[in-house]
Amino acid sequence: MSANNSDAHTVSDRLAKNAMRNVSERMIEALLLAAAAVSVLTTVGIVYVLVSESIHFFQQVSIVDFLTDTQWTPLFDDAHFGIMVLVSGTVVSSFVALAVAIPMGTIIAIYLSEFANSKVREIAKPILELLGGIPTIVFGYFALLVVTPVLQLILPELPGFSLLSAGLVMGIMIVPYIASLSEDAMRAVPMSLREGAYAMGSTRLYTALHVVVPAAFSGLAASYILAISRAVGETMILAVAAGMQPNLTWNPTEPAATITSYIVQVALGDLPHGSIGYLTIFAAGLTLLLITLVFNILGQWLRAKFRENY
Amino acid sequence: MQPLTNEQIRAVIARGKLKDTIFKGVGLFCLAIALLVIVALIADMFMKGSERFTLDFFINFASRRATQAGILSAWVGSLLVMLVTALAAVPLGVAAGLYLEEYAKRNWLTHVIEVNISNLAAVPSIVYGLLALGIFVYQFGFGQSILSAGLTLALLILPIIIVATREAIRAIPAMIREGSMAVGATRWQTCRYHIIPYAMPGILTGVIIGLARAIGETAPIITIGALTFIAFLPPVPFTGEPPAGLFDWVMSPFTVMPIQIFNWTSRPDPAFEVNAAAAGFVLMVMVLSMNAVAIYLRYKMRKNIKW
Repeated sequence: MSANNSDAHTVSDRLAKNAMRNVSERMIEALLLAAAAVSVLTTVGIVYVLVSESIHFFQQVSIVDFLTDTQWTPLFDDAHFGIMVLVSGTVVSSFVALAVAIPMGTIIAIYLSEFANSKVREIAKPILELLGGIPTIVFGYFALLVVTPVLQLILPELPGFSLLSAGLVMGIMIVPYIASLSEDAMRAVPMSLREGAYAMGSTRLYTALHVVVPAAFSGLAASYILAISRAVGETMILAVAAGMQPNLTWNPTEPAATITSYIVQVALGDLPHGSIGYLTIFAAGLTLLLITLVFNILGQWLRAKFRENY
Repeated sequence: MQPLTNEQIRAVIARGKLKDTIFKGVGLFCLAIALLVIVALIADMFMKGSERFTLDFFINFASRRATQAGILSAWVGSLLVMLVTALAAVPLGVAAGLYLEEYAKRNWLTHVIEVNISNLAAVPSIVYGLLALGIFVYQFGFGQSILSAGLTLALLILPIIIVATREAIRAIPAMIREGSMAVGATRWQTCRYHIIPYAMPGILTGVIIGLARAIGETAPIITIGALTFIAFLPPVPFTGEPPAGLFDWVMSPFTVMPIQIFNWTSRPDPAFEVNAAAAGFVLMVMVLSMNAVAIYLRYKMRKNIKW
């Protein structure tokens, strides 16, 4: 289509207007595409920043030391960079959180999808949504100043900072994610399967556990994986309530730093741009991203493998 | 095999029903724990912080003395950061959602964008902080400013807004588009005058939920190196010498509510616990009321729309 045809006035005028319209339509489409591409740029940016700063880090610290050293003292004169120290804190706190969140979230999901009437559901769902919307710093405050004192009544030796109380509160925080995703998965199971089970004389509970849960397994698994990602990436609850001393431990009643709370601790200080201390947080961040990436891929694989089609 | 007698059958049924009832009890118990946590949280912060709910608390700067410390710079900072976040995230998110629903062809590029958005939603928020530290603070030279923080949170909530926009647009029936195009409207005119206005309530819900999430985020803002002790206010937006002065405020250092709470929580002096509780209560009121508006909007929408 060309707009420079100027023989017949009326026709060319209309063509010109049309061409202008097409140009602006194209420009708008390009603008919208650019907006959509921002998400891709974000990913590229994340990978670029983490990888490029980590390369600087690994020029000074060998990967073998990074993975096998049992001390994490990057700011001391005798510097050690054993990421396992931070990973142990992350693993223990996530484990405590999941031990709370997976049973509770699954039970709530089964209850809401198979037992509760619509009235209970109308009340329960917004409550869960509100619970999921509470800022994590507030949960951190709650873990440190409410849950820890209560736990100390039961376990008198519990220190003021512990992975246990942070993990428990993290678990409560994650419950809404598991409950709402699992409930969606279970409600997507067709009614005819349940009716078949009821017709054979199954009770509600038996139907829920032996028909609905297996049929919705891929959805449940996906929700657990998301929960793991949340737990591993959770920062503020741990920074407030778990203490920030690096501590290679598998005991939840001890204080310990995690990957995320270490990053917060360094960012609170005043490290010069480009120093080794500054670079450690990018290496720690890359480790964190790789852990969540592994779980994401696992989740997608599980979903594809166990998807039931009706 | 011996057939069961009536009594045995009744016993089996009774056992099954008992198990059902027990499970119902367990389910309600778990829900009650969730509710209890919310109530305990709010009640604890309200009671501990109640002595600070005076006008002074809202118009005082942070201070070394707990009783004189206030949240002025924190709530003003939160508000300004949210303004930047909204100005960046809403146009980008709505445009991206519009593109994916109304323009995108089913090709590899669209697929890459979609996979990307769902993966970004699972990236821990502190990683966004590292991205911002590397790119916004140092590469672009924005420093530890309101602009850096606002843009970081905008990227963080972009997936939420995009998903909400797409869902709202998908609910609009095809006949609306056909009707508009049949009278000669272009694709953009259809979007501009029909799709966006009709999708507005859904988009708004997503925006509010996204901003409620952003206002409580702490980790990414700490990571970019926001200061914890700020005893001054940024310049009032859009009042400086035009044109350069209009945007002085975005480059200003700042603090936000969650960072102020973190700062007070991590001090050993218990007098600051009271401040943390009071500020936490204020933050909770902000977040919960935003969420409540979003839940209410969604509830209204479900009732009202009949195509």
